[in-house]
Amino acid sequence: MIEILNLVKKFKSVDKNNQPTFKIAVDNVTLKIRRNEIFGILGPNGAGKTTLIKMLTGQILPTAGKIFYDGKTFEENKTAIKKMLGVVPQHINFDQDLNVGENLELHARLYGMEKIDRRQRIDKLLSYMELADCKNYSVKKLSGGMKRRLLIARALIHRPQILFLDEPTVALDPQVRRKIWALIEELAKGGVTIILTTHYIEEAEKLCQRTAIINGGKLIAVDSPQNFCDRLGKNSLEDVFVELTGRRNSL
Amino acid sequence: MNLRDVATVFWRDWIVLKRRLTKFIFSRMVAPLLCLTAFGWGIGRNIQLDSGSYLDFIVPGIMALNSMNLGFHSIITVHAERVYHKNLEEYSLSPISAESFLTGKILGAVLKSLISSVIIILCAEIFGANIFLSPNLFLVLILNSIIFAEIGFYAAMKLSSYEEMAQVNTYILLPMSFLCGTFFKTATLPSAVRFLVECLPLTHASQLLRNLTSGGGILFESLLILTAYAAAGFFLSLHALKNCQED
Repeated sequence: MIEILNLVKKFKSVDKNNQPTFKIAVDNVTLKIRRNEIFGILGPNGAGKTTLIKMLTGQILPTAGKIFYDGKTFEENKTAIKKMLGVVPQHINFDQDLNVGENLELHARLYGMEKIDRRQRIDKLLSYMELADCKNYSVKKLSGGMKRRLLIARALIHRPQILFLDEPTVALDPQVRRKIWALIEELAKGGVTIILTTHYIEEAEKLCQRTAIINGGKLIAVDSPQNFCDRLGKNSLEDVFVELTGRRNSL
Repeated sequence: MNLRDVATVFWRDWIVLKRRLTKFIFSRMVAPLLCLTAFGWGIGRNIQLDSGSYLDFIVPGIMALNSMNLGFHSIITVHAERVYHKNLEEYSLSPISAESFLTGKILGAVLKSLISSVIIILCAEIFGANIFLSPNLFLVLILNSIIFAEIGFYAAMKLSSYEEMAQVNTYILLPMSFLCGTFFKTATLPSAVRFLVECLPLTHASQLLRNLTSGGGILFESLLILTAYAAAGFFLSLHALKNCQED
């Protein structure tokens, strides 16, 4: 289980008078994410979703607050926690000088996997993602959908227990998007906890058991899509989202 | 620091280099051949030195210059990885330590620098230079490339654009290339300039290499200064990497 307590992230900035100031990207977020659930983090652009994910994955340090993975913080158990996590970033960030197979090999080596295991795992995941024929291709030659699937394959190489997906279907056509949705559901059935950020409401509605709505760095509400609709008397999560992000102090 | 993690980071640089090894070797032959032709056969014929030919004088200078350039330029690809491709995230998400990452990257730069140094030695032999080879010569070349790899790494972690990275070349590497005893003895410089120049690592690398290639021993004071630069560069680069990951 992931427990987030009073998490704050401030970035140095300058105001309109060019004086140093701080921009609050994540503002006192407290949250619990259960094992084996698909948890959505929903918010408009600039809401603080990616900053929250970066703190949860140990890429940036919080200004204040704590994150516990099964009761342990990063400071207490950094290596073990990092091995538990898989991250699919919003942007395509492959090593441009390595081919498809080498990108996966590098990831497997970084997580200390043994030679036989990593070779078998790479072949298995490439087949699973329908990329087996592309093993020796340059990553630059892959289509947008193939790159997204390869990002997911890379994040899964070391068998993470928790998978972070930051806007996994952004700029993809509907067919590829549905394929990735099916994949996410399959992973969750296989016991992987999924934390998904998105600004596609229908994506959160379809996939997530619970959703947190974030706006201006603040956590506005957490519930299942159905409970949100029932509580606010709305027909869809999109109506709930507009209601909550438009009138954040109403709850 | 974990040696297996260092090997992983080095492995990445090695397979990229292996794929381009022929192109790399040919490209590394251009500058030494030009320098040896221009300064050895061209200008060098008219310069008389007490210690021997100008060609023998300039080869260690070219070696020092080359290990500086290769150390620096081999590692600054991490700047593009950090700023443009964002694939440095892959390492910061993984369980490997910053120390292992830095060491692996430095070793990659040292390997390229050493391959290039061997090419220069072979070219110099063809041009008829008298070079005394010893293990200490390679120790100095390694130390020099480590220092400039660290400078390159530090700049890559601190600077945000290609233009700023190019300025490091203009304001740090280029003046050192000409002033640090590579093409002439620092003794000929005015005392204030000489003092400044003798604080710089490339001057000590040039002096050490010149002494070693002429059959002399190691200059311990220069070796100590280079070691101090390498140690300070490692800690500064490590600090810059950790800051970069935490911002």
